[in-house]
Amino acid sequence: RMPAPIRLRELIRTIRTARTQAEEREMIQKECAAIRSSFREEDNTYRCRNVAKLLYMHMLGYPAHFGQLECLKLIASQKFTDKRIGYLGAMLLLDERQDVHLLMTNCIKNDLNHSTQYVQGLALCTLGCMGSAEMCRDLAGEVEKLLKTSNSYLRKKAALCAVHVIRKVPELMEMFLPATKNLLSEKNHGVLHTSVVLITEMCERSPDMLTHFRKLVPQLVRILKNLIMSGYSPEHDVSGISDPFLQVRILRLLRILGKGDDDSSEAMNDILAQVATNTETSKNVGNAILYETVLTIMDIKSESGLRVLAINILGRFLLNNDKNIRYVALTSLLKTVQTDHNAVQRHRSTIVDCLKDLDVRAMELSFALVNGNNIRGMMKELLYFLDSCDPEFKADCASGVFLAAEKFAPSKRWHIDTIMRVLTTAGSYVRDDCVPNLIQLITNSSEMHAYTVQRLYKALLDDISQQPLVQVSSWCMGEYGDLLLSGQCEEEEPIQVSEDEVLDVLEGVLISNLSSPVTRGYALTAIMKLSTRFSSVNRIKRVVSIYGSSIDVELQQRAVEYNALFKKYDHMRAALLERMPVMEKTAANGPTEIVQTNGEAEPSVLDVKHVPSAPQPSVQANDLLDLLSGNDMVPVIPTTVPTKPASAGGELLDLLGDLSLTVSISQPPFLLDGISSQPLFNDAAAGIPPMTAYNKNGLKIDFTFERSNSNPNVAVITIHASNSTEADMTDFVFQAAVPKTFQLQLLSPSSNVVPALNKGTITQVVKVLNPQKQQLRMRIKLTYNHRGSSVQDLAEVNNFPTQSWQ
Amino acid sequence: MQFMLLFSRQGKLRLQKWYVPLSDKEKKKITRELVQTVLARKPKMCSFLEWRDLKIVYKRYASLYFCCAIEDQDNELITLEIIHRYVELLDKYFGSVCELDIIFNFEKAYFILDEFLLGGEAQETSKKNVLKAIEQADLLQENQSEDWGGLAAEEVL
Repeated sequence: RMPAPIRLRELIRTIRTARTQAEEREMIQKECAAIRSSFREEDNTYRCRNVAKLLYMHMLGYPAHFGQLECLKLIASQKFTDKRIGYLGAMLLLDERQDVHLLMTNCIKNDLNHSTQYVQGLALCTLGCMGSAEMCRDLAGEVEKLLKTSNSYLRKKAALCAVHVIRKVPELMEMFLPATKNLLSEKNHGVLHTSVVLITEMCERSPDMLTHFRKLVPQLVRILKNLIMSGYSPEHDVSGISDPFLQVRILRLLRILGKGDDDSSEAMNDILAQVATNTETSKNVGNAILYETVLTIMDIKSESGLRVLAINILGRFLLNNDKNIRYVALTSLLKTVQTDHNAVQRHRSTIVDCLKDLDVRAMELSFALVNGNNIRGMMKELLYFLDSCDPEFKADCASGVFLAAEKFAPSKRWHIDTIMRVLTTAGSYVRDDCVPNLIQLITNSSEMHAYTVQRLYKALLDDISQQPLVQVSSWCMGEYGDLLLSGQCEEEEPIQVSEDEVLDVLEGVLISNLSSPVTRGYALTAIMKLSTRFSSVNRIKRVVSIYGSSIDVELQQRAVEYNALFKKYDHMRAALLERMPVMEKTAANGPTEIVQTNGEAEPSVLDVKHVPSAPQPSVQANDLLDLLSGNDMVPVIPTTVPTKPASAGGELLDLLGDLSLTVSISQPPFLLDGISSQPLFNDAAAGIPPMTAYNKNGLKIDFTFERSNSNPNVAVITIHASNSTEADMTDFVFQAAVPKTFQLQLLSPSSNVVPALNKGTITQVVKVLNPQKQQLRMRIKLTYNHRGSSVQDLAEVNNFPTQSWQ
Repeated sequence: MQFMLLFSRQGKLRLQKWYVPLSDKEKKKITRELVQTVLARKPKMCSFLEWRDLKIVYKRYASLYFCCAIEDQDNELITLEIIHRYVELLDKYFGSVCELDIIFNFEKAYFILDEFLLGGEAQETSKKNVLKAIEQADLLQENQSEDWGGLAAEEVL
C-alpha cells in the first residue's frame, strides 16, 4: 500500500527549507508527481489533502491545472471538509473561460438546496464569486428562492450572489425585484448591508428600477437615523460609530436616489446635515462616513448651505494630519472646483499648503484656483512645486504655469520673467509643443523684445543643455539679435555684446552633442536670419555652406536652401528673413489649421494671417520660389536638387523623387522661422481617416493616408494587409491601377508574406498624383498562395475619404 | 472590490482573492506589477494610488501587505476599514495572528475571508457573527469526521 501522502503543513514546512529556487522547484516537482499518482488511484481519503497541497503550490506560482477535476470531485463529495477545499480550489483554479467549470453547476445546484446552511453558504459564495453567465442563468432561480428565506445567514449571501448574477446576466435583474420588497425591514445588519448593495446595483443599471426604488428613501433615512442615534451596540461598534459599513452604503444609495430628483433630495437633506455635523472625526472610520456624505451632498440637489457645509468638511480634511484624508479631500475638491468655485476658493491657502506635500492633485487644484488677484502669490508656490516635484509631473506643471501666466500675467515683464524662470530651472521638462507657443508670446510682447533676448542670451551663456530653452533662445537671437547689439534695454542693465559673440553662442549650439537635431535646426535658421541683421555676412555664409554637407539630412536641407538664398536669390533674402509680424492666436492652443493662402492649402501652426512669407516647405528649388507668393515670378528652374542623385525619367518621378526610397527624409522645414520643425503636413494629414479597402476570405487591406511633403496633389497611401485565417498567405503581390487623369507609383512592399492569425502585416506605400483633384478611384489586384492553392482577386476601391483627394 | 492580495515584504504572495474573471497569466502579470509598485512606495506616502483604471488601497500590518483594488465609485477610506476588519478577524481566530499563521493555514484565511466578503462586498458587518459562522463550520468539519469514521478532523489535511 502507498504510504499516506505527506500532510499539508509538513509540506509547507519542507518547501520553506529550500535554500534556492532550484531546490524548491525540485521539491515541488517531486510532490506533484506523488499527487498525480494519488489522483490516478482515485484515492478518496486523501484527495482533500492533495488538493490543498496543490493550492499551496499554486500560490507559489506553480501550475496546478491537473487538479481541476479533483476539485469537482471534492465538491461532489458528501464530506464537509472535502466540499470546503473543493470549492476553494474551484475558486482558485477554475475560471469561467474553461468548459470544465460548467461541470460544477449541478453540484452547486444540489448544494444550494442542502440541508446544512454552511454547505449552502459555500455554494452561494462560489457562485457569487466566480459564476459564469451560463451558470448564473441556470441557477438564478435557486438564488432568488434563497433571497426570500427567513434564514438571515443565507439571505445575506443570496443578496450578494444576486448582485453577481445581475452583473453577469443583466436581463435577469427583473426576476429579483419581488424578493427585494421587504429586504429593508430586516433587523439583521448583514442582510441590510447586502440588500442595500443589491438595490444599489439594480438602480445603477436601470432607470426604471431607480424610479421604483425612490420610494425607499424615507425608509433608508430612518435606518440611517437609527444607526446614528441609537446607543452603543457592541456587535456593530467601530470606534464609537455604529456599523460604519452600513452607513456608508446607505449614503451611497441615497446619492443615487437623490441625484436629479428634488423630492428625494429634500427628504434626505436633514439626515445628511446631521451626519455631517455629528460624526466623530478623530478616526479614519468617522472620516470615511463624512467622505461618503460629502460625495452625496455634492451629487444630489442639495441646498447651498449643505453644499458649503460639504466643502468646509473637505477643507477641514485638508488640515488633517492623516495624508489619506488629505488625498481624498484633494480628489473630491478637484471634482467640485468647477461647479462650486467660490466655495473652494475660500480654502485656497490650505490647498496651497498641500503643495508642500508635492501632491499632484494639490497642483491641479491650485491651477484651477489661479486668477488675476492671486496670480503672483500662487505662482511663487507653484514654481516651488515645479522645482521640487517628481520629474513625472514637471511637464504638466510647466505647461500649467505657462497657461496660467498667459491668462493672468499682471505685466508683460512678469510674464517673460516667469517663462524664463521655468525654462531655466525646468527647461528639459518643458513640452515640445510649448516652444511655438512661447515664441508667439514673445513675439507679441513687442516692447519686451530687447529685454527678452538679453535674458535668453545670458541664459544660453550658462547652459545649453535644456533643449526647449535653447530652442526659444536661438529663435529669439535670430529674430532680435540686432536689439542685443544695440544694447537698448529699458528693464535691465544693458549688456555689451558683439556680433561674433552672438554667433559664437549659436554656432556652439550647432556643434554641441547636447543639441537635438530640432535644436540644431533652430540654431541654423537663427544664424541665417542674422545675415540681414548683422554685418558679419561672410561668417554666416561660411557656416551655412559647411552645413550644406551635414550628415543630418534636416540640417543639410536647410543649409542648401539657405545657400541658394545667398547665391541665386540674394535679392529676396531681406524680404524673406524680415521681422515676424505679430501673430494672432487661435482659440485653442495652436492647433494645426489649414489656412487658405494664394489658392494653395497650407497648414500653419498658428492662425497666421497675411504673413507675406507663409512658406511651402519643399526640397525643390522651384518650390522655393512659390514662397514669394506676392511676386508673379515663375522662373524656369531645374528640378533636381544638387545633393540628390539625379533622377532618371520624366517629371512624375521628379515630383515624387524627393520621397526617395533609400533616404528617409523627415519633413522639410519651413524656410522661415523655425517656429516648428515638426512635420506640419502630417498634422494636416492626420485628419484623413483610414479606410478598409478590401476585406474578403480573411484578407483585409486597410489604407492610411498622408499628404506628400512637397506637393499637395500627391496622396501618399500606405496599404496594410492582414490575414485572419489560420494559414499564411505567401507570395503576396498587391497591384493597383487608377483612372487616366491620375498617376500612380508603387513602392516596394515590406515583405511578401501575410502571416496567419493577424500576427503581422505587409505594408506598402502607394503614391497617387491627382493634379485635377478628381475623386480618387482605384482598381486593385491581389495574388497570393494560400493553403497550397493560388488565389487571385480583383476589386474596385471607391470609398476613399474626400480629404484624401480634395 | 475587484481583487485582494496579501504579500510579504519580499514580494511573496500569501493570499489572492479575485472577484473578476481573469486568466492565470493575467493574474500573474497584475500581481507582479502591483507588488512591485506597492513595495516601491515610501513609508510617508499615502495608502492610495491610481493604477490602470483602478484605485489601489493598501496597508501594511507587520510583515504583510494587504492590498485591495477597488473601482472608481468605491470609498477608499471605508476600504481601509474593511482591511482592518479582516485583520481583526484573523487576529481573533488565530490569537495574535502573524504572517506564519497565514502561511501555514492559508486555507483558513480564505475561509474567514469568504465569510466576511462575498463577490467583493461585505456580507456581514458584525465581527461576532463572522467568527461564529467560522466556528460552526469548523465544528461541522470535526463532527463529520467523527461520524463518518476515517480520519480525525486534525488529520484530514
